[in-house]
Amino acid sequence: MREIKYEDIVKSIRDCIIFSGTNLPKDAYAKMQEAHEKEKSPVAKEVLRQLLENADIAKNEDKPLCQDTGLAVFFVKVGEDLKILGGSLKQAINEGAELGYREGYFRASTCHWDTRANLKDEIGYNLPAVIHFDLVAGDELEIEYAAKGGGSENVSRATVLAPAAGRAGIVAFVKEVVSNAGPNPCPPLTVGVGIGGTFEKAAISSKHALFRELGSKNEDPVLDSMEQELKEELNKLGIGAMGMGGTQTVFGVHIEKNPCHIASLPVSVNVQCHSSRHTKIKF
Amino acid sequence: MSKTYNLTTPLSVDDVTQLKAGDIVYLSGIIYTARDAAHKKLIDLLDAGEQLPFDIEGSVIYFVGPTPPKPGDPIGSAGPTTSYRMDSYSPRLINEKKLRGMIGKGKRNQAVIDACVQSKAIYFGATGGAGALLARQIKSAEVIAYPELGPEAIRRLEVVDFPLTVINDTYGQDLYQIGRAQYEVK
Repeated sequence: MREIKYEDIVKSIRDCIIFSGTNLPKDAYAKMQEAHEKEKSPVAKEVLRQLLENADIAKNEDKPLCQDTGLAVFFVKVGEDLKILGGSLKQAINEGAELGYREGYFRASTCHWDTRANLKDEIGYNLPAVIHFDLVAGDELEIEYAAKGGGSENVSRATVLAPAAGRAGIVAFVKEVVSNAGPNPCPPLTVGVGIGGTFEKAAISSKHALFRELGSKNEDPVLDSMEQELKEELNKLGIGAMGMGGTQTVFGVHIEKNPCHIASLPVSVNVQCHSSRHTKIKF
Repeated sequence: MSKTYNLTTPLSVDDVTQLKAGDIVYLSGIIYTARDAAHKKLIDLLDAGEQLPFDIEGSVIYFVGPTPPKPGDPIGSAGPTTSYRMDSYSPRLINEKKLRGMIGKGKRNQAVIDACVQSKAIYFGATGGAGALLARQIKSAEVIAYPELGPEAIRRLEVVDFPLTVINDTYGQDLYQIGRAQYEVK
């Protein structure tokens, strides 16, 4: 039985949150540079230039890339042969998240759904984190973290199509979601698509798809071709950086699939803004 | 063809009627922050016939909820939030109180676009997700109302050359529609 100390997890999560909120990941920075080079609209090109400069300032001055430092979202793979010494894994993640957000001077953005009162004193600073656990064989511990802002969550959508809708129906749904979103989610976007499973499984898959490295290829050749088709179609919408018109609307489309019920074709689209703050820790 | 302007608050009718969707504006002077919760309180004051916590005539409201400042800084990262959430409040501030400008990101509804035409106001876009860059143009920040709202409190900001793009002008034009139509491939 492998053992990991509670406080080591807390420290790693804290550090990873502060780093991630102030350092645009290399893949996103590279995509931003590529979009800046390719963009035909002078207005959108200036937006992309500002975003590259913003990333440089944030990194050099340890400042949050965006004032929306998001809700803390985690995907956790826990080995069955792993023991956490000194506390629970869930508590360690929440404690690390609270420390990271507070000590990084990030924003506390969790509130009560109805009164809209900030929950920083009642539950904790930007708590609770949203955590998806997956129990796996062995003794590994892998934690993926993303800061998920409100603007891009607000335009994300899920549906359950009739099986007859097929690939064309999925493509049409994704186009509709991105088209309707327009400027609101801060394009250029990463578009996460979850196909299959149940209603909630598709949604969780669409979120997890956003964690894949930008520019990486889907291992499934059918999904890979769908990703390329969708990227081309979405860039034709003309939305551009911050929606002011342009040729660079998406950095990439990432699809994850699951087996379906014979009666259903669930599809979920989770939209990620250009500030694609995601990171992975392996213990 | 888009033009570039340097403007200082408070803004006059002449200041805003010269602007067209797509123009670049570097804004200096005093602006005020407010998001959903603060807007609701402002409208409640209007309904009650009471005085608002700052002089709105000719002013510009920035839709932002900044991160906490680091020691020694006036403000944390401070980019725009999505503006549609203020759509139900903005027309009254424009029509009844002569609010002259709003800074945010994302689409506004027809009621806001109409109010901008009727009472001469501009909806400016700032670059979303450029919070660290935009904070550099904010020289001071002071909470002037509703401190209990935390990041959503109303702040008085002093800005210098704050970089903006005109989205909705006083002629009913919308850069989001114009720009997209120009680059859409059918």
